[in-house]
Amino acid sequence: MLLVFFACQTAFAEGPQSTPSIFSPASTPANDIYELSLFVLTITGAIFVTVAGLIAFVIFRYRQKGPDDTTEPAQIYGSTQVELAWTVIPVLIVVVLFLTTARMIFAIQDAPKPKAALDVTVVGHQFWWEFNYPKLGIRAVNELHVPVSDPQSPTPTYLTLLSADVIHSFWVPQLAGKTDVVPNNVNKLWIDPHHTGLYVGQCAQFCGVQHALMLLRVYVDTPEQFATWVKNQQQSAVSDENVAAGRHVFETQACMNCHSIAGTAATGRYGPDLTHLMSRATLASGAMDNTKDNLREWIRHPDTFKTGVLMPAMQLNDQQLDQVTAYLSTLR
Amino acid sequence: MADSTYPIPGSLETTPRRWSQAAILEWLNSWVITVDHKKLGILYILYAIFFLLVGGAEAIAIRIQLIHPNMHFLSPQVFNRIFTMHGTTMVFLFGMTYIFGFANYLIPLMIGARDMAFPRLNALSFWLTFFGGLLLYYSFIGGGGLYGAGNAPDVMWWAYAPLTERAFSPGHAPDYWALSLIVTGFGTIGASINVIATAFCMRCKGMTLMRLPVFVWVNATASGLALITITPLTAAQVMLLIDRYLGGHFFDTQAGGSAVVWAHFFWIFGHPEVYVLVLPAFAIANEVIPVFSRKAIFGYPAVVAASVGIAFVSLGVWAHHMFTIGMTSAGNAFFVLSTMLVGIPTSIKIFNWLATMWGGKIRFATPMLFCTAFVVQFLLAGLTGIMLSIAPWDWQLHNSYFVIAHFHYILVGAIAFCIFAGVYYWYPKVTGRMLSEKLGKWHFWLFLIGFHVTFDVMHIPGLLGMPRSIYTYEADRGWTGWNQIVSIGGFIQAIAVLIFAVNLIWSYFKGKEAGNDPWDAWTLEWATPSPPPAYNFATDPVVTSRRPLWDLKHPDDPDWHYE
Amino acid sequence: MSTVAVAQATAEQPWIQPSKGRVAMFCLIIAESAIFTIFVVAYIYNIGKSLYGPTPAQVLDVPLFNSICLLSSSLTIWLSERAIEHGKIKAFGLWWALTFVLGAVFLVGTGVEWNRLIYHDGLTISTNLFGTTFYSLVGLHASHVIIGLCMLLVVLLFTITGHVKEEHSERIQVLALYWHFVDAVWIVVFTVVYIIGR
Repeated sequence: MLLVFFACQTAFAEGPQSTPSIFSPASTPANDIYELSLFVLTITGAIFVTVAGLIAFVIFRYRQKGPDDTTEPAQIYGSTQVELAWTVIPVLIVVVLFLTTARMIFAIQDAPKPKAALDVTVVGHQFWWEFNYPKLGIRAVNELHVPVSDPQSPTPTYLTLLSADVIHSFWVPQLAGKTDVVPNNVNKLWIDPHHTGLYVGQCAQFCGVQHALMLLRVYVDTPEQFATWVKNQQQSAVSDENVAAGRHVFETQACMNCHSIAGTAATGRYGPDLTHLMSRATLASGAMDNTKDNLREWIRHPDTFKTGVLMPAMQLNDQQLDQVTAYLSTLR
Repeated sequence: MADSTYPIPGSLETTPRRWSQAAILEWLNSWVITVDHKKLGILYILYAIFFLLVGGAEAIAIRIQLIHPNMHFLSPQVFNRIFTMHGTTMVFLFGMTYIFGFANYLIPLMIGARDMAFPRLNALSFWLTFFGGLLLYYSFIGGGGLYGAGNAPDVMWWAYAPLTERAFSPGHAPDYWALSLIVTGFGTIGASINVIATAFCMRCKGMTLMRLPVFVWVNATASGLALITITPLTAAQVMLLIDRYLGGHFFDTQAGGSAVVWAHFFWIFGHPEVYVLVLPAFAIANEVIPVFSRKAIFGYPAVVAASVGIAFVSLGVWAHHMFTIGMTSAGNAFFVLSTMLVGIPTSIKIFNWLATMWGGKIRFATPMLFCTAFVVQFLLAGLTGIMLSIAPWDWQLHNSYFVIAHFHYILVGAIAFCIFAGVYYWYPKVTGRMLSEKLGKWHFWLFLIGFHVTFDVMHIPGLLGMPRSIYTYEADRGWTGWNQIVSIGGFIQAIAVLIFAVNLIWSYFKGKEAGNDPWDAWTLEWATPSPPPAYNFATDPVVTSRRPLWDLKHPDDPDWHYE
Repeated sequence: MSTVAVAQATAEQPWIQPSKGRVAMFCLIIAESAIFTIFVVAYIYNIGKSLYGPTPAQVLDVPLFNSICLLSSSLTIWLSERAIEHGKIKAFGLWWALTFVLGAVFLVGTGVEWNRLIYHDGLTISTNLFGTTFYSLVGLHASHVIIGLCMLLVVLLFTITGHVKEEHSERIQVLALYWHFVDAVWIVVFTVVYIIGR
């Protein structure tokens, strides 16, 4: 089975891919873990081959030869030397494994933070992700943009992990191990992706009915791409007179109680910020592609895509739906 | 193979009974009011098998839902209830009950006693467990009714706070979870006290502690561990109920309470709990392997010491379930070390079994087939456990399908395999008839294949980033194929278990007569008729070694020359 | 007819095993200790973590009198154990009744304290973290005192009606073990709540 797995190309590719394999690391923490895992696999593999080999030997060598072979074999009750040997060897293996592991724990968890690091605050909600860039004045949703990090002069991203409600877990396998986001608790995680592209992950701690659709998309950008994205996110919402009717629907139908749109009266913090809704590839934390039809259906009846989600259907009529969809579609 | 040098009259009652309605009611009543350890042991085992089938059906439902991305077999709400109930059922209603089934039936017989130390406590504990399980399953129809699966718990079997607080779980799901487990918890404590008191205070003459069968030692250890394992869970559940009903703030993060504390309390229960579940499986293997290898267990003192050592060390490893919750680096390192340390007595036991088989004359009857597979599978499960103990690697593997594969390797590959071995081994003693070897071999091979197809392959989606507790997954993640294979293995295992059920029922009526000692074994239970009479032993046995029947069968070479 | 007798020429030594009642009570005590440990740990962890509401220093008075009563009841029950061991049923009954009274005084005292805390100081189980952990821990102990008092009462009634005899001293001692446990737990709870936590 392992051979089949190892033969799978996707499991070990370089760079970002749609299968978030832990054996395709693209960032230092994930890479350190990958190398440690190979070391451990070698040791455990050797143990398995040895002991299972002995068991297989015993099964064949010492089986009853036939139904008439009924004499009892020599009764051996124990042997101090043998028992001592098979106690000492495991202890030695444990010592080696422990020291290697401890070293890596301290290296990853207590890594000093370089000056060039980017700070992002991640807030887990039921069932979406909020990304705040405090020094840049940006509030992003569901899709995290970070700059690529050159190993020669690293520009890692330091994530501060918070939760607004229950325990979630931030997991993008190719970039780092997972860390939980716990209410009333502050956790930290850092990544320094070496390759640009889209890395996928999802919430990894059961958090309620739509835990399965709390997906993560991390875009690792070149410095230029990142600067462009930041500049765009820092703008207030696009103001287009053509969709004033939709904006009016948005502001009067209680949408602004939960949602915020920079530069307007909508400042709700319970739901995602919609200022740059159209800059995202997906809606509802990865539940569906960001198309106009999906958006309209989502607003009409969120349960179509994500039953049990906390956004209520506001019972808008068709005209209101068209108007508000048109309005939201202008928010790049 | 029965040794006919014993002055023991025939085993099976052959006088035909005439069943009248009154007789049937009287028979049923005798089961309800019994305090006989044998009857209660059988009740526990029947209860366990019933919930094995129920939990297995829940597993099949899960596997059908996950065979393809975006299946609509189960809604998200129902899926979350089903996997929570699957875990809760298997751990508490199958795992905790099989332990006391085997222990209650066999311990008095193995130590030459008339019954357990406290027969009425025994009955009380069983019925508490029984009704606790019923309360848990009542949740499906209580509250909101069957559509949406009522109020069955849907918070994962670990019920992490604050998801379980009123604010996030307004219905009654966590209440059913907490209350039913508090009730079964009292049953467990009663049964555990009984096992320990029996093992230490009711032994027949000559049976010093160092002559106690390993089965009894290991079960007493498991029961002792259960006493200090189940109680933290009871405490935490009481705290949860205080939060939910009396406005308490233990886990209310808005008021300064801590979600991490629930995790600590739960895993302080949860980790030793898995040792409570697995030690009795070891106990079964410790009896079956020597008998079918035709050798005494290798290194009895070390086996006993390792079992007790496992129980102690397992109390200090719990936070390896919490490596990702944000403990300090020193905290993480400590739990890496303690978890690895528990692997040492465990590996010692594997070597002891290996050495018992070495130089023997192994008979591969069905019990031994299951035990041999158990040893290999347990070795592999232990190694994936070592992988998970490596905290940085665990930061990737935690809450993924790799972990599910690991613990099912233990729960099914070790525990279920040993339970099957134990049932095939002791069924003749309990019923007086042998189980069909032919059906047994079908059961074994099908189950082995299905087990490996499912749980070997299941490691892979975990390594490819698939988390657990999800009712569906994205189609482009490369997990679909692996999930399909896993599901197919599940169906194969289901067929094997059905064959087992058929075997149990068919052999009860048509199985070969067993006699009192069909396996040519050495512990005291094989010196009674099959099934044993209500009083077990007509006169109190006196023993002078660990294998009293070996001494009788080999008067020229008895054990007490060597012990 | 299933005799397994292989007794070689060993001298007829008495076959002594521990008393099952004592072993069982020890097991129960160990299990209960685990429950109390969890509540104590929760209490200690949450010291100082309340975000609002009355603090221990503000509202707690050290219940010295109550504690002396409860701890003395351990002495009186010990005296009653010694009495019944020597067959002095009357003395046993008196000391036993005194134990019950002392335990009841403790319980009433706790009730008075809670009455003041709830109605005068406004501290309930839902007020804040301190309230939750305080009432849970002290309440858990009080519930064990109640169970103990019930059992003491049952034995007291049987003593008054003359059913308790010297041969029951073993069982009395097992029950007394439970009462000693309840007192020992109070020492821990008292220290944690009224000394460390205040």
